[in-house]
Amino acid sequence: MPLETGFGNYMMLIAVLLGGMLSLFLVIFKDYLRDGFSAFFFLVPLAVFTYFAVFFGSEVPALGLVSWQQGMGVHFEWRVDGLSRMFALLISGIGTLVFAYSHYYLKGHPEKFRFFGFLSLFMTAMLGLVVSDNLIMLFMFWELTSVSSFFLIGFHYEDRESRKAALRALTITGLGGVGLLIAAVLISTVTGSFSFQALLDQRETVLASQAGRIAFWLFILAAFTKSAQFPFHFWLPGAMKAPTPVSTYLHSATMVKAGVFLLLKLYPIYSALPVWKPLLMTVGGVSMVYSAAQALFFTDMKSILAYTTLSALGILVFLTGIGGNEGLVAAAAFILVHALYKAALFLVTGIVDHEAHTRDVTALHGLRHVMPGVAVAGAVAALSHGGVPLTFGFIGKELMYESALHAETSPVPIAAAFITGLLLFAAGFWVGFRPFFSGREASHTLKHPVSLWLQLPVYVLTAGTLIFGIWPAGAEQMVHALVEAAGRDTIKVHLELWHGFNTVFFLSLATIAGGIVLYSRLVPGQSIALKVEKLSYSSVAIYEKFLSVTKWLSRWYTDILQNGYLRWYVMTIMVFLLTLVGYSFYHGVHIYIDFKKISEVTLYEAVILLLMIFSIFYILLAKSRLAAVAAMGVLGISISLMFVLYSAPDLAMTQFSIDTLTVILFVLVLYKLPRYINISSNVVKIRDAVISLLFGLMITVLCLEVINEPVNREISEFYAENSYLLAKGKNVVNVILVDFRGADTMVEITVLTIAALGVFGLMKLRLKDNEKTWE
Amino acid sequence: MEILLAIVTGLLYGAGLFMMLRRSMVKLIIGLILIGNGANILIFLLGRIAKGKPPIIPADAKVLTELYADPVPQALILTAIVISFGLQAFAIVLFKKVYQALHSDDLDTVNTIDDDL
Repeated sequence: MPLETGFGNYMMLIAVLLGGMLSLFLVIFKDYLRDGFSAFFFLVPLAVFTYFAVFFGSEVPALGLVSWQQGMGVHFEWRVDGLSRMFALLISGIGTLVFAYSHYYLKGHPEKFRFFGFLSLFMTAMLGLVVSDNLIMLFMFWELTSVSSFFLIGFHYEDRESRKAALRALTITGLGGVGLLIAAVLISTVTGSFSFQALLDQRETVLASQAGRIAFWLFILAAFTKSAQFPFHFWLPGAMKAPTPVSTYLHSATMVKAGVFLLLKLYPIYSALPVWKPLLMTVGGVSMVYSAAQALFFTDMKSILAYTTLSALGILVFLTGIGGNEGLVAAAAFILVHALYKAALFLVTGIVDHEAHTRDVTALHGLRHVMPGVAVAGAVAALSHGGVPLTFGFIGKELMYESALHAETSPVPIAAAFITGLLLFAAGFWVGFRPFFSGREASHTLKHPVSLWLQLPVYVLTAGTLIFGIWPAGAEQMVHALVEAAGRDTIKVHLELWHGFNTVFFLSLATIAGGIVLYSRLVPGQSIALKVEKLSYSSVAIYEKFLSVTKWLSRWYTDILQNGYLRWYVMTIMVFLLTLVGYSFYHGVHIYIDFKKISEVTLYEAVILLLMIFSIFYILLAKSRLAAVAAMGVLGISISLMFVLYSAPDLAMTQFSIDTLTVILFVLVLYKLPRYINISSNVVKIRDAVISLLFGLMITVLCLEVINEPVNREISEFYAENSYLLAKGKNVVNVILVDFRGADTMVEITVLTIAALGVFGLMKLRLKDNEKTWE
Repeated sequence: MEILLAIVTGLLYGAGLFMMLRRSMVKLIIGLILIGNGANILIFLLGRIAKGKPPIIPADAKVLTELYADPVPQALILTAIVISFGLQAFAIVLFKKVYQALHSDDLDTVNTIDDDL
């Protein structure tokens, strides 16, 4: 397939980054914009939607590459195929509706533009995620969605619960993100690049390699955390703390499906693994049944929707696990089905919340009198949710039942799917039907009619549900392209309303009948939910426990390592160093002493060395400061004598004068001080002595090892040859300091000047009386 | 000689560390100076030592041709000696002021100020 080049290539980059640009614009100009300005923001996702619909309407797949980090193989490699087109259209399409809806929903909110900034940043992240064909790009956009989701969940940052929920979501999805990064690196060790195409081309090699199989589990971790599969599901209900448009957009229609997207993208590579089908079917199946049941434990409309979303994500994972043409077609259709009805239900919830100021289904009834249009839309969405014919949900559920029926010989999958369908029917009616059509009188009256800004997005979604429900062939091309992209295979897809009188049809009828019974019998209440939350072995409890243990652990070792005592820090560093170097010594010390190379010891040298050793021990054992300082003087002079003997006259002179100065300074400052007091106990002294001795020994051994190595004198030779020719100086050391490395010496002088200024300042400092704590 | 110098270097480092681990501030400064001296000899030794051949070009020549002591380590050490003097001078004067304020040589008494913040 030829790469897109030139303009079309950069168009994609612009389309992806458009949201980010709006975000950047808002960062700079948000304080100068009037509230009503946000009415135009929906044009941004609309432009992106148009771009994807027009340019990729028929021609998929298309790919391109905008080069970025040459050396690391990280590029903006993009690929639009049926899979990414479906997601891109959902992201930009639902984005358009949510942007328009939010304009009115957050009317007059002081931080409206901050909200839109994060929302459009999210759009960029999500678009980038679905068109990336490079694993590192994918990872970066993946993380960006987590981050923007974090800010949006915590939008009401003054609320403690919001912050907690935001952090929880970030922790869990971030965990998956790390897994994704490691997986990308592992894959690159096998394929030699981060390109997704390379992974696809070498799938046999990858599957055969250990790294490829570990990467599989990490990919699964990433997908399951992002798509909130059991047992990582608990962050999603908390995420409903975000304003309703956010829940609609991120936590129902797009972001949470990123995990499913990843699974579908990896389908051609990993579906060959024997573990793929049982793993995904089990996890997805458990998630869908468990969450659908739990949805009925709540009375808050958003909580119910949160759990039905979890259930829907479970269904998607379940269907991807079943795989094959049937499973993929069902998954592809269900992505669209779910986005249409669930987004509508969320937006309806938002309207109810906005107008009636409550989301409690037990407190709401008869709202059909005050918002008839919304009531009808809610009812249609609920019907689609329940899979009633003539809505798109019916097609989705038929396909799901069909693939579950054919997945295994055992009846477990179809039973699970049937129970889920039943429970979802009731849950959908609680949200989309009950608040509007139960009761004779309206529970709330409105001061003014519902704004069209809120209503129109709902109608668009409802229209979609109905159109595709009656005319499923309209969605055929999208579904078909998605399945082809995921399956990397050409197939025929035929979506139909009528399948004849078969098992699936009777199951559908049973679902509707059972759902109606369930809905009319069950009374919403949340006593069970409160009990479930208290269980000590639930995922939330484990997560909280893990968090507190982590906090305790970090506090514990910080207290130990960072205790504020300098000597303790020094000791920690030294012991660590000793352990590391000691470990490599343990594997062999290479000391052999070549006595031919070693210069012999004359009497003068022996005397100097003895003087040095003597003064070192004298310093260690001295009882008074002055004696120690005097011994320091002896040591310094011995060292300068040694410099004289070994051809370093400049060093000798410097050492001599500097040492004299140090001793004088010491004596001037210290002569009035009393003797040392003996502070440390003998045990501490012995411990320190052992560490110091080992450290000294290590240095000696290192010295002896290095002496054996040949020396590189290239640099010295350069200076020796050019010192006079280039710099007209005969003392090579001096020439290096003042000429070749003159700038260094300049800086050194500056440092000395600063030190001298510091000394001067300190000397001049007169302490105030209250600063002398000892008097 | 090299072996003996290596041992002395180790001694200087060990003694320096021991002094740094004490609670007295003066001993800390002394330890710092000892380690500084140790580092100088270490560099000197690892550049290989040579007797009676200073890196100075004779009056009648233009380049150093014979065997000579390595000038690069010498230049490094020269810098190090001077810089460490700056550090020592500052530390000594700082200690004097601390002593004036606290009348104690014990580092742990300096440590406590932090807790009041």
